[in-house]
Amino acid sequence: MSAQLPADHETTVVTTLEAFADTIIPGAKRSGQDRAVAGASPTGGAVAAGAMELIRWDATGISQSLDDYARALNDHAREHAGQHGLGLDGDVPPFVALSFEQRTDLVRVLTAPGHPDKSLWVLLSLFCYMAYDSAAHTSTAAALAAGHPGLTSMRLARPGADGLWRFSSWSYGRQLADLHPRTTDTGSPE
Amino acid sequence: MNSVERTDVLVVGTGFGGAITAYHLAAGGARVVMLERGPWLTADEYDHDFKLGSSYTRIFDFTVGDGMSVLGGNCVGGGSVVYFAAMPRAPRFVFERRGSVNRRMWPSSIDRDTLDPWYDRVAESIAITRQGWEDVSYSGGLWAAACRHAGRTANPVPAAVDTAACTNCNWMMAGCRFDAKQSLLLNYLPAALAHGARIRPLHEVQSIAKSPDGGYRVHYQLVDAEDYRITAGEGSIDAKVVVLAAGAAATPVILQRSAAALGPMPHAVGRYFSGNGERLNTAVLNEERVREVLGLELDPAAFQIGKGPTVANWDRLDGSLPEYTRFSLEQLYFPPGLGTILAMPGGRDPRWFGLSKKEMLSHWQKWLIIFQMIEDDNEGVFGPPPARGNADRLSQQMLGLGTLSYKPTLNTQAAWAMADAECKDILERDGLATVTPWTNDLVGAYTVHPLASCRIGDDPRTSALDDRHELRGHPGIFVTDGSAVPAALTVNPAMTISALAERAVPAIVRAARERGVEVAYGAPAPDGSTSGRRGTAPLVPALGG
Repeated sequence: MSAQLPADHETTVVTTLEAFADTIIPGAKRSGQDRAVAGASPTGGAVAAGAMELIRWDATGISQSLDDYARALNDHAREHAGQHGLGLDGDVPPFVALSFEQRTDLVRVLTAPGHPDKSLWVLLSLFCYMAYDSAAHTSTAAALAAGHPGLTSMRLARPGADGLWRFSSWSYGRQLADLHPRTTDTGSPE
Repeated sequence: MNSVERTDVLVVGTGFGGAITAYHLAAGGARVVMLERGPWLTADEYDHDFKLGSSYTRIFDFTVGDGMSVLGGNCVGGGSVVYFAAMPRAPRFVFERRGSVNRRMWPSSIDRDTLDPWYDRVAESIAITRQGWEDVSYSGGLWAAACRHAGRTANPVPAAVDTAACTNCNWMMAGCRFDAKQSLLLNYLPAALAHGARIRPLHEVQSIAKSPDGGYRVHYQLVDAEDYRITAGEGSIDAKVVVLAAGAAATPVILQRSAAALGPMPHAVGRYFSGNGERLNTAVLNEERVREVLGLELDPAAFQIGKGPTVANWDRLDGSLPEYTRFSLEQLYFPPGLGTILAMPGGRDPRWFGLSKKEMLSHWQKWLIIFQMIEDDNEGVFGPPPARGNADRLSQQMLGLGTLSYKPTLNTQAAWAMADAECKDILERDGLATVTPWTNDLVGAYTVHPLASCRIGDDPRTSALDDRHELRGHPGIFVTDGSAVPAALTVNPAMTISALAERAVPAIVRAARERGVEVAYGAPAPDGSTSGRRGTAPLVPALGG
């Protein structure tokens, strides 16, 4: 995403991809004017978790493809709307103009087995997930300290003072089943 | 020509198959060079961090294929650094499997009895703990209790973990910060180095050709230490003997690429791949029912303790049952980032994304993941090799697109369905949990134990290697990694891969001697122990030693 691109193009790309990320892990609207995030969930989703930050990072390998992703999503959204007789308002990109349910239907089509571009959409989805379930764009300890919505919701434990994790209690500490009768003396199956 | 480096034995890969053979050859007197495509990290470099670029992504490779994706190690020490260190021996019936070829797939010279002395050698070299119930994680304990409630047995799994040093840190897959996991960095590899072997990290082998002196010339590219998509130079090393142990998702690709220079490869190179029949199920536990039915409390933090498969159910590992109906079920921790996307919510909206999935993620601390290992049908086939390595690398580390195609047969699908039903029967009984299998619709099936893509056997039509691991038609090239294992094992394969590598050494030594290398067979275990050597001594002459 080069700096000389027009601001409206930048906005189109960002809001379109945010709407995609929000379809994968839905979140709460950031403001009353937020169109990209549909507001289907009361807590932060993939967008609030940092999906845009992650997919813009060249380490992912998709940062150079974001324009293409957004263009393709909006093309598919126009086609989807046409097929289903859906009206799209012109204030926002076509994919953003879809309702949450309509976005969901479209993403289901794009990622279904047999779709020719399935692997590309699964890849984009994977990074949306990684932003939410592992905060892959930032250090885990820092993400937890900052109240990262995904790690917080999943209740990932916090590290110790040295930044490392340790669990001092880990086991019920008692036999909870009978061993298989043909276990060998090395502890392996016979 | 004079500038090409020479060595006696060139070993490709530093995981189990590479480290074990390199140690014995170096200890026996051969000059050994090991080429490893991944980085060389020490314990203090194993980060507790999911950020891209941390050790978690530097030492793993996730290769997406058509119908099968493979997660494997990518570092000095290979899979031993990233695995959960489960080290069971394969059950007796596995060696009698007939599979899709409808004849015994293993060489007639190998069964459990003849492999046990080699298993013993490994057990003497890598400290394996027969875990007690006090070592079993909360999630393993709960799996055991659920098995008992359903009338099943459950076993703590033997593991290469020093339980006294283990802090239960939850980052086992990112490399062990505390040297509790007994990876190859603590036994075979330092012993190989002490005997003069050299390890070159970030050297990705691309192909093998003939050298002018009748040996082999191995071509490699140097991989950038941070961005694996970038290479910075290339080179070659001449060797009299080559040991390929790049992993079952990479070894056949190197051989495919080498066919142009070496001549045709055996038909089975890049065919008969097995994902070890692996598949995952997620159980979301019902806290109240667990308390009422099993009498166990769920500590919110407890289920994210990442000690690997601490408890397994082996009731279906019964040789009297028909093939494709035998499997094991292990409790497994699976960290976020590498598979959470594939878990499926139950109920009316079973989708891998969206609102119900987000709801499922909010219960992540109550996820109990069950790992199935069934008997698959060796249906994986590799397509033409990519430009370099074994995948078109997409991300700077970890993620690439490979050429493996895997279309599960009805046998495999039925076996997975049977194992799914068993998981449900055990864990949904009396409302303990809601159980769903991971979807195969996104990246295909998912294996962490690739096998059989260049396998040993007696039949040249269906095996790339003879029973001494030598590549058919290409004397002096040996394969000793998971690709040599003929078929799915129904248990974690590291112990079997290691035992086979130990067993392969006498023939490799003989091949080196035949080519003028002054090397002897018979090194003790890396720490000097000798009882394993005594146990295998009667078997060595038949193997060429």
